[in-house]
Amino acid sequence: MAPQLSGSVLSTLRNQIIRTNTHTIHTTAACNEIRKLARLRVVDNSTIGKTAMAEGKPPRCIHVYNKTGVGLVGDKVLVAIKGQMKRGILVGLKAQQKTKVPKFDSNNVVLTDDDGSPLGTRIHAPLPSTLRTILKEKSQKKGTDYTKLLAISTRFL
Amino acid sequence: MNLTRRIACNPFILKSHGLSSAHFRLLTSKSDPLLEPALASSQHSTEARKPLAPPQYRFVYPEFLPDPNRVYRNPIREKLERMDMINRRTQIDIPEFYVGSILAVTSSDPHAAGKTSRFLGICIQRKFCGLRAEFVLRNYVDNQGVEITYQLYDPTIQKIDIIRLEKRLDSELLYLRDAYPEYSTFDLNMEPEILPEGSPVPLNKTMVKLKPRPWEQRWERKNFVGVSNILEIINEKMTKQMEDHKKPWEKYDLVMEYRKTIPEEEQQEIYAEVYSQLHELEIHRRKIKRSRSFIKPKKLG
Repeated sequence: MAPQLSGSVLSTLRNQIIRTNTHTIHTTAACNEIRKLARLRVVDNSTIGKTAMAEGKPPRCIHVYNKTGVGLVGDKVLVAIKGQMKRGILVGLKAQQKTKVPKFDSNNVVLTDDDGSPLGTRIHAPLPSTLRTILKEKSQKKGTDYTKLLAISTRFL
Repeated sequence: MNLTRRIACNPFILKSHGLSSAHFRLLTSKSDPLLEPALASSQHSTEARKPLAPPQYRFVYPEFLPDPNRVYRNPIREKLERMDMINRRTQIDIPEFYVGSILAVTSSDPHAAGKTSRFLGICIQRKFCGLRAEFVLRNYVDNQGVEITYQLYDPTIQKIDIIRLEKRLDSELLYLRDAYPEYSTFDLNMEPEILPEGSPVPLNKTMVKLKPRPWEQRWERKNFVGVSNILEIINEKMTKQMEDHKKPWEKYDLVMEYRKTIPEEEQQEIYAEVYSQLHELEIHRRKIKRSRSFIKPKKLG
């Protein structure tokens, strides 16, 4: 009786250690497409984005500015970050892409202000080269100008 | 050729099952033994003269084999596709590569500044067959995991360089997505490693360490050989489930194997059809390799 009991106690202990060490419990399931409440990763060096990522509180998408409600590369999103609302541009997705378009390991976002110019001065992740055409088409002459985002990027794939 | 074109254009013939054997016979250039018994002996001699493709061709050119699923089979389309594939192979050099080899692909890109883009990475998957054959390259660029899928016969691809030719322990390396980054990090300016001529393709026996869960898929249920630490990561419940999901009887299931694979006779027929052209291309490639001039090694950043 005694060795059985100690064995079961040990196994529960082991399970608990695994749980605490590897974070297998999630309160929400991983969202594979960018829609409301999807967690994102900030890839620019803006102070608010950097501190939010360093604290382990990545921003959540709270609105996608398109007709389908599912964000694709180059779409504008509204994110909740450190208790504030900021605009952002999706610059890389984990979802399956077309051929020759890169698929990233995380859902990347670059924070921008309302005019479309980025809050940071550098983007430290590669961007898909299709973003060049997409953002150029979306920016208007007198109004939002997304081409500044392209200028501060380091690498295109 | 005219005949096959006409048959391909006629949807009635393609759809009807009654005629399928008839047009199959036309395409394989075998005459009907019931109609022409006198020709049987001469037929035998022509078959003997057909060049017999080497047995390793099914690993070197796997995309020439059609889909084993009957739903996706169409002998005429497959034959036409094979012709197109050979035509494409005469235009650019598509090297022999396997899952686990490191490739660099240069493709024209209307979005890029220089109108071309180059990506280097480890091949983690080869999928589909015929003209639609695809492969997936994976690399870590600026500490960010990136994957790009390319179509093997995409006309916008300008060059496919083989950087390191090798095989890995598994036929699919999708688990690299959940492995530590060092297993899929390669310098974008890597120099190609040239193997001595006639040497066998080396097998890289690297055992990959996976990151702790959550994972993208249930890797522990897929019987991978090249992963070292799966049992250390999963908990007791998952280990028990893993035992429940084992299917040890599958290796004896002949019908399943028949439905998954193309019979060897059919493979021989397909490769015999394209062997002479593929062999010519191989000889041409070897000639170019020999005449390749010395390139000064570059410093890697």
